Amino acid sequence: MTAAALLALRRPRPCFACWATAAAMAAAVIASFAFLAVDWRSLFSTESLRLMAKFVSEFFPPDHSAAFVAKAAWGALQTFAVAAVGTLLAVVGGGLLALPAAGRFGRAARATARLALNFLRSVPELVWAALMVLAAGLGPFAGTLALALHTTGVLGRLYAESLENASPAPERALRDAGASPLAAFAYATLPLVTPQGVAYALYRLEMNIRMAAMLGFVGAGGLGQLLYFHLSIFQQAQSATLLIAMFLLVFAVDALSGWLRARLAPAHG
Amino acid sequence: MSASLSALPPRSRAPARDPALAGRIGAAVVAVVVLWPLLALAEFKPWLLFEGGHLSVMAGFIGGFFPPSLAPDFLALLGKATLETLAIATAGIALAFVVAAPLGALAARSLSVARIGPGRGEAGERTVRTAVRAVLTMLRAIPEVVWALVFVRVFGLGPGAGVLALAVTYGGMLGKVYAEILESGDTRPARALLEAGSPRLAVLFYALVPGTAQELASYTVYRWECAVRASVVMGFVGAGGLGQLMDQSVKMLNGGEASSILIVFLALVIVADGLSAAIRKVLG
Repeated sequence: MTAAALLALRRPRPCFACWATAAAMAAAVIASFAFLAVDWRSLFSTESLRLMAKFVSEFFPPDHSAAFVAKAAWGALQTFAVAAVGTLLAVVGGGLLALPAAGRFGRAARATARLALNFLRSVPELVWAALMVLAAGLGPFAGTLALALHTTGVLGRLYAESLENASPAPERALRDAGASPLAAFAYATLPLVTPQGVAYALYRLEMNIRMAAMLGFVGAGGLGQLLYFHLSIFQQAQSATLLIAMFLLVFAVDALSGWLRARLAPAHG
Repeated sequence: MSASLSALPPRSRAPARDPALAGRIGAAVVAVVVLWPLLALAEFKPWLLFEGGHLSVMAGFIGGFFPPSLAPDFLALLGKATLETLAIATAGIALAFVVAAPLGALAARSLSVARIGPGRGEAGERTVRTAVRAVLTMLRAIPEVVWALVFVRVFGLGPGAGVLALAVTYGGMLGKVYAEILESGDTRPARALLEAGSPRLAVLFYALVPGTAQELASYTVYRWECAVRASVVMGFVGAGGLGQLMDQSVKMLNGGEASSILIVFLALVIVADGLSAAIRKVLG
């Protein structure tokens, strides 16, 4: 074997696709910065850095007067209520749509239900909220509806999949023994998918708490609306309190939901 | 059949009632007691949908969805906003990578010199790693929309706020995941190089990155896909792109424009999903 052939053997084959992809990605990054034409120099000039430092320093100390803490706690409670009711409505809606989406009422119903679920899911919560504020007026109810619509899409699809994956044997046994379709579903398939369904719902509740806090930015109540208001009138100390409240709420719900999921859902669910 | 049935012992007393009745009633009472204040707090008033002219406003708005607006000057605006959304996501991820790569490497336990044997400096190393992990947690604890809202107050309306918000939040997320990927791969080459006395940077590039490059790259591309969605959402608080345009159209009750934007948004998400899947396939 010649020296050149040996060298070719030792060297790994160059991956042209990888290099082309990397080059395209680098080009996309450069093009993005060029397109945005953000004036980074003025963004990070001493003047704006000084402004930024002043702005940040105004967040401290957070407003800890009893009246405002009570207001923040009320906002947190409202955000929790929006997320909880929204998730609950989505559990009901998603459960109802999951039955046709799992193919229990024929192929046409399955395709229609899946299309509806995909549509509900692909519109983000904040867009739904902007629309629901028109439909229901400013306030937490709009946020509840927005969360319910988006989460229905997510949970409906997950529920449909767990219904399709559940073993059909118990339900068929009950049907063969003469049970009505509803009774066979309720006593055979439903208990099989319930632990998984509860776990999914709790997981979505964790995400919806974060989302509910933000939906307030478009006028859907709770902590977000308070934060938007106080940031708009440059009350940084109050905003800091609200950010802390948001953080504590998310942390508390994560801990609670993790504990519940560990207790409710068996590992084999 | 009847013989085998009669062989069974006779049932002493059939339960006349549902044995789980007490539990069911208790659960129902608890559910109502918990749910009622929640519904009150969330101001759950479905009848609001049908009064005060809300229905006609909504019907007018949704009715305006068809046909989607195709006015040339609006389409030009829409095209620019779409490009802006993509650019915000790409630039944001690039900056997030710049933030995340050093922090992730600092937080990775597999680059620890002190772990290969007894020696000085273990406490110092552990302190640095814990501090870096705390920084990463703080960066991603506050959602990107909140950062965007804050940055818009400081830097003014525009895409700069969105890019910075993505850089902060996604920097935290990417940094944590990078550290975990660097720890979960095959760490024996890294250990061998460390034991032979290589500096940490060399160990990172010659032992850890070659084994995990695909996973690192594919997670970064997946995050880009999420960033496209996030940059639309951030537009609602004034950080540029499609979201800002959507916010304006909804506020002006222009249904035709809103439906055009929604269609472009859905198409953009599908294209981003496909592109990210294709890139990950090439890399994987």
